[in-house]
Amino acid sequence: MIQVKISFQLNGDAVTAEVPDHTTLLEMLREEFELLGVKEGCGHGECGSCTVLVDQKSVNSCLMLAAYVNGRTVQTIEGLAGAQGRLDPLQEAFVKHGAVQCGFCTPGMIMSAKALLAENPNPSRDEIRWGMAGNLCRCTGYVKIVDAVESVCKGGCSCGEGS
Amino acid sequence: MKGFTYHEPNSIGDAVNLLNDNGARASLIAGGTDLVIKMKQGKSEPEHVISLQSIPGINEIKYSGEELRIGSMVTHRAIEQSKIIRDKFSLLADAVDNLGSVQVRNLATIGGNICNGAPSADTVGPLMALDAVLLFEGPEGERSIPITEFFHGPGKTAQAANEILKEIVIHDLPPGSCSRYIKYTRRKAMDLPLLGIALVLVSDGAEDVCKEARIGLTLAAPTPIRATKTEEYVAGKPLRSSAMWDEAGNIAVNESSPRTSFRTTSAYRKKIIQALLPRAAFEAIRRLSEQQRKG
Repeated sequence: MIQVKISFQLNGDAVTAEVPDHTTLLEMLREEFELLGVKEGCGHGECGSCTVLVDQKSVNSCLMLAAYVNGRTVQTIEGLAGAQGRLDPLQEAFVKHGAVQCGFCTPGMIMSAKALLAENPNPSRDEIRWGMAGNLCRCTGYVKIVDAVESVCKGGCSCGEGS
Repeated sequence: MKGFTYHEPNSIGDAVNLLNDNGARASLIAGGTDLVIKMKQGKSEPEHVISLQSIPGINEIKYSGEELRIGSMVTHRAIEQSKIIRDKFSLLADAVDNLGSVQVRNLATIGGNICNGAPSADTVGPLMALDAVLLFEGPEGERSIPITEFFHGPGKTAQAANEILKEIVIHDLPPGSCSRYIKYTRRKAMDLPLLGIALVLVSDGAEDVCKEARIGLTLAAPTPIRATKTEEYVAGKPLRSSAMWDEAGNIAVNESSPRTSFRTTSAYRKKIIQALLPRAAFEAIRRLSEQQRKG
């Protein structure tokens, strides 16, 4: 089988993988690196549960060939927490606002929100909904998800009510 | 997905050679948002996949004051975030604002959107109204094709099997121009259009007469079209007359031949054209008024 060698930065570490040419980024992340927070929902770029950041931009990892990330930087939900497993403010906000039901869409939601807030630190509710239109949740009505993202303000602090 | 050999050439010449050597067994991959799905579904089974991502010079937006040049590998997201496109070619910004999700727009390219030949492609209507010229590289060198002559049928284009789209060239619009693209969809986001109307109007400022109109329609016929009879009717007429635009809508319906597909019927598409052409015109004119107010 034809193998392609891919070297890239994954959650802050320099890594290398050799995978068949037709491997998707999603498959490589889950199967070679066991990053199971990257979920496959639809596999066609509609649901957003496979969202990761490549060079700080949110992308559907199910639509990308693994070879695309050679020489690039990839961040998954597993790379978001800080030292000693301290949660990212977005992760904390999702917990605090109960923005999780079954949880399958949550890693993709959080990675999309991360990319959104990096470009627009104080989005309106409409901008949040618009920016996260590519992430589907089949459990909730999205209200708590938007609440959670809205509560994370500029500078990375959580500024929801009472904090 | 069936196995293939992945190539990532570093020059357009190498990419053309690879394509020429492998013929129908090869597919080009730009953003991959269409091709990867087709390969997963078994609708496309290339033996060679040639990536364009490492070819220098084809992922930039350049504006000289006389023309806008968009590299074929420029993503929809880069177009969305380009100030020059939003300010001067706003109908193209309209086209990408509501195309897929942020994640898709970060990958999908304008070259892919054009070369797929999909009747629903969002950037194509605006590029038709902008009279864009497509610049290809092939074994015999460069070739340019006006986008108005590029589409031959659903999925069928004038692109030769060994040619690669390099750039899209758009001439600057005359003073007094305004534009708008409206994509008619069933849901607000993550949907394909039932119909697309792209419109460039050139006003004779003093008289408030429409000097020129360019109207690109998608899904109004088997291929994207220019509504040339409507354009002829509108030229020389009062720009802000709603009776005139209603009549223009009728003419546009008459020169369209929309298909009935699983998304909607031919008859409904005609209704959309009639309602949407005046709406698109007045939204473009509102932009002109805003520009004039800003001076």
